[in-house]
Amino acid sequence: MSASLHVFPSPPLVAPVELVVSRRRHAWVWLGLALVLASLPWWVSTYWINAILIPTLVLSLAGLGLNLLTGYTGQTSVGAAGFMAVGAFATYGLLLRVPPLPLPLALLGGGVIAAGVGWLFGLPSGRIKGFYLMVTTLASQFFLEWLFVKFPWFYNNASSGTISAPRLQWGGWDLSGPGGRYGLTLACVALLTWAAANLVRSQTGRNWMAVRDMDTAAAVIGIPVERVKRQAFAVSSFYLGIAGALWAFAYLGTASASSFDINRSFQILFIIIIGGMGSLAGNFIGAAFISLLPIALSAAGQWLLGGAVDPGQIQNLQKILFGVLIIGFLIREPDGLARLLTLWRERLAVWPLRF
Amino acid sequence: MSISVRWGRHAAALFAAAVLFLMGRPTQAAPGEQFVPLATYRVGAYASSGIPVWAGIIDYLRYINEVEGGINGVKLVWQECETEWTAEKGIECYERFKNGLNGAPVGPYLPNGAPAAYALSDKATADKIPLITLGYGRTEATDGSVFPYNFPLMLTFYSEASVFINYVAQKEGGFDKLKGKKIATVYHDSAYGRETQGPLALLAKKYGFENIQIPVADPGNEQSAQWRQVRQARPDWVFLRTWGVSTPVAIKTAARFGYPVNRIVGDIWASSNEDVLPTGEAGKGYLALTPYPGGADFDIHHRLKKHILDAGKSDLKDPKSFGSVYYNSGLIDGAIVVEALRAGQKKFGQRPLSGDEARWGLEHLQLDDARLRQIGFYGLMQRLSLSCSDHEGGGAARVQQWDGRQWNLVTDWVQADRATLRPLIDAKAAAYAKEKGITPRDCRKDS
Repeated sequence: MSASLHVFPSPPLVAPVELVVSRRRHAWVWLGLALVLASLPWWVSTYWINAILIPTLVLSLAGLGLNLLTGYTGQTSVGAAGFMAVGAFATYGLLLRVPPLPLPLALLGGGVIAAGVGWLFGLPSGRIKGFYLMVTTLASQFFLEWLFVKFPWFYNNASSGTISAPRLQWGGWDLSGPGGRYGLTLACVALLTWAAANLVRSQTGRNWMAVRDMDTAAAVIGIPVERVKRQAFAVSSFYLGIAGALWAFAYLGTASASSFDINRSFQILFIIIIGGMGSLAGNFIGAAFISLLPIALSAAGQWLLGGAVDPGQIQNLQKILFGVLIIGFLIREPDGLARLLTLWRERLAVWPLRF
Repeated sequence: MSISVRWGRHAAALFAAAVLFLMGRPTQAAPGEQFVPLATYRVGAYASSGIPVWAGIIDYLRYINEVEGGINGVKLVWQECETEWTAEKGIECYERFKNGLNGAPVGPYLPNGAPAAYALSDKATADKIPLITLGYGRTEATDGSVFPYNFPLMLTFYSEASVFINYVAQKEGGFDKLKGKKIATVYHDSAYGRETQGPLALLAKKYGFENIQIPVADPGNEQSAQWRQVRQARPDWVFLRTWGVSTPVAIKTAARFGYPVNRIVGDIWASSNEDVLPTGEAGKGYLALTPYPGGADFDIHHRLKKHILDAGKSDLKDPKSFGSVYYNSGLIDGAIVVEALRAGQKKFGQRPLSGDEARWGLEHLQLDDARLRQIGFYGLMQRLSLSCSDHEGGGAARVQQWDGRQWNLVTDWVQADRATLRPLIDAKAAAYAKEKGITPRDCRKDS
């Protein structure tokens, strides 16, 4: 990466070379990252796996799902958690009621059912947009939550209204240990991220972005806007459904409708706002930020202040700090952490010179 | 790539390594102490109920350490972790605590909150750490052969329904008088609220009363429709199974519609001072079942007052909460942890116990009247007799009545008809075992 690139408009002949080089370097970075992530269970404690890595990965996936809809297609949704619930309950139902179905197929089935439900709730997007569409997704959130409380069939008539994973296993492997659950999550997230990266670069992704940037113009150039919007709802819900199933079975080990309440929807919305709308890496950064910061602050509070301060006060202090940080980030960098990191990288590249 | 980029990356890697080191660093061993983790909720929607509970637990643990010198000389150490009553934070706290504190092992674990309790069930079984869920949790976990590490102690929701019916029979003058009576349940329309439908249907069939079920949608801050329905049905008794804000609203609306509040019996989660204080005059005469009655005149309160409160060592912020229902429930939580560890020490020696050893202690916990008198809990806590096949143990509650200022106990312990309900519980436990592929352990072999 040369400094001149940022000072002068890049000559057209140089760009392809730059692209090839950076692609090759990216491949190495990705390989390294994959190796590190895959080997984590051997060198971090189960606390890290169970309490930090798995939820962060699942939230990243949920953020990715919502980002495809909101960041790439411009359809605001506050019903993300409802579709996660569909994925979780559908996967549970498939595992329970279709016994020979292997785990990956049940997960896939859960995702497909969630996609169908998402498509259904995406129907109004053909007629309304913006704020009003947001309200219909809010309605879907409350409807789905109510559905999974009201009908005991969904949770196999359990007296407590909760579902829990029938043994997590595939082939001869028992995936119920921390390593197994982490592996399952990582594999799903990696596969779906790869798929999403290709999707947004393909014709589908370009259609989405055209609709996001200006749907009238998109319609004029022949993009079937309504169909594209519904498609985005379905794909987004597929991702959210898988994330919901992983949240229930790989992370919590159990779930009820209240695990997917409106707060979870807001949490996922914050992830993509903080991480970066219309950015794949942003989901991971946002999820890491939102799940790591509170834990880091609470650990730091415990470590620095010991038992001297009431833990409730530390928690309140942490909420204040968290809110201030979010506001600060939004003011300083509305495009999210992903953009901020890119800027920092570019600045570091020319440091100590200015550009 | 310029040098600065490389330095930037090095700095980032160093920072990451430092964070990893700090959060995962092994701690020094301090043998001879038992760790009691406290998964608290001092912030969030339920903080007002939580704060007196933690005061009760902490005051009791302090009392054991300072007055009795620990459990047979084993001192207790504790640390708090804030869960905000959510499953996610509950898991984080459990993972942080499960390996002990500075070498002091974890015995029993109190998840303090239904979402966390359900989420931890499998993890705790894998880690061999017993979960104590007092007055909540899975009813079917009463069957210890399927749920070896779950202890829904004292009063499950099934027993609660049965205690209510037995109390009504007592007031009406016998079970034969129940025939043809109308008994309505006004319940929070959630998994918690619906849990008594099964047992009440069974008991209605057995005794021949009319079983009316009226749901209240969450959060329940408007209940005119429900109480109009109650007025039309004219039930002889109302079982109130609400939670949070829906309890005072129910009492006030009942009074407004002219239904006598002394015919309404609240359940465990509608039985605390916070539930009736907002009702003012309307709440006078309201009845409630509770496995941890309110009141500051039990023997343990005199001891705590002398050694902890008057010595300025109490965790209570508001001294008026001393003896409130929640404070007393904290005392009972503390007493169960201590007595389970004491029972375990009889087999494993006078040393800190692991989770599995604490489970053995819990399954052999016997608290009779004599023992309850010794520890100062007679009247406050019911007799408990746990075993491998019975993880509930008691199944009784006392009925208390609100006089506008405080709760007064109006009955002794009312025992649930556990034998009648047990087949329902066994069927649920068997279904769970089948769903999860668990082979139940043979309780006859257990010693």
